Amino acid sequence: MLRDITLGQYYQTESCIHRLDPRVKLGGTILFILSLFFFQNALGYAVAVLFLGIVIRLSHVPFKYMVRGMKSILFLLLLTVVFNLFLTQGTPLVTIWKLTVTWEGVELALTMAVRLTMLIIGSSIMTLTTTPNNLTDGMEKMMRPLKIFKIPVHEVAMMMSIALRFIPILLEETDKIMKAQIARGADFESGSLIKRAKALVPLLVPLFISAFRRANDLAMAMESRCYRGGEGRTKMKPLIYKKRDFAAYTCILVYLVVGIGLGRLVLPFSLWNPGMMP
Amino acid sequence: MGIVEAKDLTYEYIRRDEEGNVEGITRAVDEVSFHIQPGEFIAILGHNGSGKSTLAKHINAILYPTEGTIWVDGMDTQDEKQLWNVRQTAGMVFQNPDNQIIGQVVEEDVGFGPENMGIPTEEIWQRVEESLRAVGMYQFRKYSPNKLSGGQKQRVSIAGVLAMHPKCIVLDEPTAMLDPNGRKEVIRAVRGLNQVEGVTVILITHYMEEIVHADHVFVMDQGKIAMEGTPREIFSQVDRLQDLRLDVPQVTLLAYELQNRGLPLPDGILTTEELVQALGL
Repeated sequence: MLRDITLGQYYQTESCIHRLDPRVKLGGTILFILSLFFFQNALGYAVAVLFLGIVIRLSHVPFKYMVRGMKSILFLLLLTVVFNLFLTQGTPLVTIWKLTVTWEGVELALTMAVRLTMLIIGSSIMTLTTTPNNLTDGMEKMMRPLKIFKIPVHEVAMMMSIALRFIPILLEETDKIMKAQIARGADFESGSLIKRAKALVPLLVPLFISAFRRANDLAMAMESRCYRGGEGRTKMKPLIYKKRDFAAYTCILVYLVVGIGLGRLVLPFSLWNPGMMP
Repeated sequence: MGIVEAKDLTYEYIRRDEEGNVEGITRAVDEVSFHIQPGEFIAILGHNGSGKSTLAKHINAILYPTEGTIWVDGMDTQDEKQLWNVRQTAGMVFQNPDNQIIGQVVEEDVGFGPENMGIPTEEIWQRVEESLRAVGMYQFRKYSPNKLSGGQKQRVSIAGVLAMHPKCIVLDEPTAMLDPNGRKEVIRAVRGLNQVEGVTVILITHYMEEIVHADHVFVMDQGKIAMEGTPREIFSQVDRLQDLRLDVPQVTLLAYELQNRGLPLPDGILTTEELVQALGL
């Protein structure tokens, strides 16, 4: 069962978003997130919602998958809303006991909620439509210029992809060791927190030893297959921009121009200009 | 000159205590000399700790000799300039299939070697396809290695080495962690490579059944080559093999016992069919 876990949260299906170059998706996501902080009125957000809606439709990923990702940050979202609602100074709207809700508070809470939601959904589209492997490749290629600053980009990418390959193997091993320890009377489930933490020691020690042994074996296997770092290496699946990738870049650019252009207009009603608070 | 040639090859492990003082020296390989012709199927046999794996790691330049020399296709493995050529000429398959597969998809793993060698993209694809077909794993090219059986994983590892177009493949106990079916699969793939592709195979194992098809067998014990010859010559010395703590295949043992009881049978019977024929049944 552990062999079947999918890493990250990749959703396997065919769509034009899935086929895009990972660099486009990575760059697009970063630009989209940045754009959210430029808007000063509701029109900007409306454009962003529209853009996101179109992308979600094109990606063929069911909407409930994205919402599922929201659950984990629901608490954070609520906390942000509540704090902004009650702790913002300004024109009082309602007073409950000692807490005062202000107009400005409502505005800010709404903006923050919308921003956070879109930020999460926007980035989950990237992880849902790109395999971890592809994402690593994209990052490696995008970060390549950092090599001038002696940042080992290739090595980091290689480590990430090896980690991804070994997570299921190590999980399975953990399971095996755990069962072996349980069979000999180990108790991982009862007792105080400290007791349970202590019970993990006989699990972690063999796991670490085995991980080191595997790392050693793998290094030897890689060397025997002529691995000598990123220099002079060719790619079996090189990342090459295709027509659709340029089309996607154009779409993102159009979105940015329209979104930020409209989003920075000053509208006549103060509520619609949450970013322009006194 | 042979494809692999060793002269007085010696390797010593130095054991140290906790303070780093030398506690003792173990000679894992002790003045071994041999030479292997291109296209041969060689088996190296030995019980645990006989030095067979240490010897294998010398062929791929993972370990360097303490004394003596080993040449792979005429290249001294200690010559640093030739290191990558040596590793490409003599590919190596290890025991644990999980610890030698790097890619997350079968085809990517097979492409890893050629990528490291700087082969152009189209040729990598061509090599990957050829290699996967040679070991019968082409239909699994899009699978995650985690979903394959042990025998299948080991065949992927062999394909990964094959894609580097080596002249010689060293397999270090490739079947030790597999079930009997997986073992058969792997041995069949290895024999195929040797016979169809003409790759020199050096198979290290402690399963006697696997050496039946070898051209030449070395039996190692305590770092030295204790016996040498064709499988038939080796198997005819049942007493000697048992002294070296090796299990003789059941049929051979049966034939040997029958011979001892006075049945006129030829020496070194290797397969059930041979015994049936010799008995005239």
